[in-house]
Amino acid sequence: MTNYEETLIPKLGVITDVRIDTPDIKTFRVVTPEGKKAFDHKPGQCAMLSVPGVGEAMFSITSSPTNEEYMEFSIKKCGCVTDWLHSAEVGQQITIRGPYGKPFPVDSEFAGHNMLFIAGGVGLAPLRSVINYCRHYRHRYGKIDIVYGSRSSADLLDYKEIIEEWTRDVDVDVHLTVDNAEEGWSGHVGFVPNYVKELGFDTNRIAVLCGPPIMIKFTLDGLCSMGFEKQQVYTTLELRMKCGIGKCGRCNVGSKYVCKDGPVFRADELESLPDEY
Amino acid sequence: MRKCLYKDIHKIFARVAEKMPLYIPAKTGDEKAEYKKWSEGDELFEGLNTVKSPKDLFFPQSEDLVRFKTEGKNIEITDVREDKGPFAVFGVRACDAKSFEVLDRVFLTEPRDSYYASRRENATVVTLACSRPSETCFCKTFGIDAGEPGGDVSAWIAGDDIVFSANTEKGSAFLDIIGELTEECSCDAVDREKEKIAVIMERLPLSDLTTDGFGGGKTEDLFNRAEWAELSEACLGCGTCTFVCPTCQCYDIKDFKSGNGVVRYRCWDSCMYSEFTKMAHGNNRLTQKERFRQRFMHKLVYYPENNDGLYSCVGCGRCLKSCPVSMNIVKVMKKLGGKKND
Repeated sequence: MTNYEETLIPKLGVITDVRIDTPDIKTFRVVTPEGKKAFDHKPGQCAMLSVPGVGEAMFSITSSPTNEEYMEFSIKKCGCVTDWLHSAEVGQQITIRGPYGKPFPVDSEFAGHNMLFIAGGVGLAPLRSVINYCRHYRHRYGKIDIVYGSRSSADLLDYKEIIEEWTRDVDVDVHLTVDNAEEGWSGHVGFVPNYVKELGFDTNRIAVLCGPPIMIKFTLDGLCSMGFEKQQVYTTLELRMKCGIGKCGRCNVGSKYVCKDGPVFRADELESLPDEY
Repeated sequence: MRKCLYKDIHKIFARVAEKMPLYIPAKTGDEKAEYKKWSEGDELFEGLNTVKSPKDLFFPQSEDLVRFKTEGKNIEITDVREDKGPFAVFGVRACDAKSFEVLDRVFLTEPRDSYYASRRENATVVTLACSRPSETCFCKTFGIDAGEPGGDVSAWIAGDDIVFSANTEKGSAFLDIIGELTEECSCDAVDREKEKIAVIMERLPLSDLTTDGFGGGKTEDLFNRAEWAELSEACLGCGTCTFVCPTCQCYDIKDFKSGNGVVRYRCWDSCMYSEFTKMAHGNNRLTQKERFRQRFMHKLVYYPENNDGLYSCVGCGRCLKSCPVSMNIVKVMKKLGGKKND
C-alpha cells in the first residue's frame, strides 16, 4: 500500500563537492536538494547510492555523525556505478537511502578505552567516520593510535585532514606507511601488518581494522600473536548487496546478513561464521 | 463447514470472480498446470503441484519498484506502488500455504516490504487438501499436514462434494460470497478424508525422511563436510530449483532504460548463479560447490537458526521433478543428515 514507508524507494541527493583524494578515489559530499543531511547515521553505517539507469551500490559513510551539515562518501573507481560517479560534477543529483547496518559500538564497548585504528587503502573510508567521532568526543576515549598504509603516498586517502588535523591532536598518534620506497617519502615503508608488529602496541586497547581481506587476515593474526583477544578487535566487511535490509539474500554468510547484522563485526563473531566473506 | 457438489466448482469460481480476481491452478496441457487468473472455461488442475509455486502472486518474478526521470543533472523519483485491491487464490496445497509463512518472515520483518505486504493483505488464500499425495511429496518431514492445509479457508474434496471451512475473518467473508451456492454440513466427511490422507502419507516413499542433523546451530557440523563436493559435482548452476521453489526468495534489483525514463525493478535471482555474489574486488563463492552448499545450508540451517526452527523447505517436491541432473534437497538430507535418514 502506498501509505507504507518503503525503504527500497530512495530519496534525492545532490553532490555538492567532489574532492580528488588519490588517482582512483574521490570523496563526494552529498546533501538533500534542500541542502540538509539526508538522514542521521552512526559511525560504521552505510548508505545505498544510485545513479538511475546505471545502478545502485552500498557505500560506507565516511563522514562522522557529528557533522550535522552533510555526508561524505570516499569512493574508489572500480565498477559501473563508481565509474559514473567519478565523472559526476558538482550539482549532479543522485539517489540515496539508508542508513543501513550495525554501527561500531562507539558509545558502549569503545567508551573509556584506548583505541587503535588500522586501515589499508580505501579501508580508511569507514574508519574515518569513527576516528572523527572519537576525536569529537575526545574525553570519552583514551589514547588514540592510527596506523594507515597504502600502495604509495599518492594513494593515501584524506591526506590533508590526517596531516593538518589528526597529527596535531593531543594524544593522537598517526603512523603512516607505504608499500614501497619512493622518492620524497621519508615515512615508514612496509606493509601494514608488519608495521603494526614493529610498532608493538600493548593490549590495553581496542583495535579496529579495515582494508583488503588479505590485510585484515594478516593484521588480525599479528594482533593475536601480540596478545590481543578476539573480543578486542573489530572490523567491517563488504559483500555484494542489493536491498540493504536482509531480504535479497546476497550478503548472507552463515545465519548473518552483512547489510543488517554487520557490516561491523567483532573478530570473535567473525570466527563463528563460515569462511565465506 | 459448508459444501457443494465438486462438479459445480466452476459456479463457485464464477461467483468469486464477480467480486474479485480469482487465481486457480489451471491446466496448461502436458499434465502440467500454472496459477492463472480464472476466466470461464478454465479448468481446475486435479494433480498436485503447479510447475511454479504460487509465490508469484505475492512476490512476482519481476515487478517495478520505482521510476526515475532524468533531465540534465536532475532526477525525478516516482512512486509506482498501487493498491490493486482484494483477490483470491484457490487450490493452494498445504506445502505452498506453509511457504507463505516462510516468505512472510522475510518480507514482513521490519522494515517490511510494502510490495509484498500489500498483496498478502489483499489476498484470501483458499487451500485444498491433498487427497492423493504423490511419491515426491515430503511435507510431513517439515511438520506439514496435507489433510489440514490452512490458509484463510481450507477445502477438501470428499466423495462427490467439496467442503469448505473458514479459518480467518477473510475466510468467513469468502464463505459469505459463495453462501448461496453451498449448504451447511457436518465435519464427518472431512474427518474421513483426513484419515484417508494420513494413511497415504505414511505409505509415501519419503515418509521416513527426517530433519535430524539439521537446524539452527549445525553450521559447524555441516559446513565443511566433504560430501558437498560430490553432491554438487553435477550441478549446472541453472537455477531451476530456485525458480520453482516456493520458499526461495533471493532477488536482484536492476535498472531498465525504458526510453521514457528509468524503471527500477526487482526480479527473482538465484544463489546458484556465479554472478550472485560477484563484486568489483572478487567473489566470495567462487565455485559451484560453494553456491550449492549456500542454498541448502540456508534452507536447512541458517534460516531455521533465525526463525525459531522453521525450515525454509516445505517438501513440495518440485525440485525433485525439475532438476535436469536429478539433484535435490532429499539427496542432500539423506547424505548429510543424521542416522535416521540412512
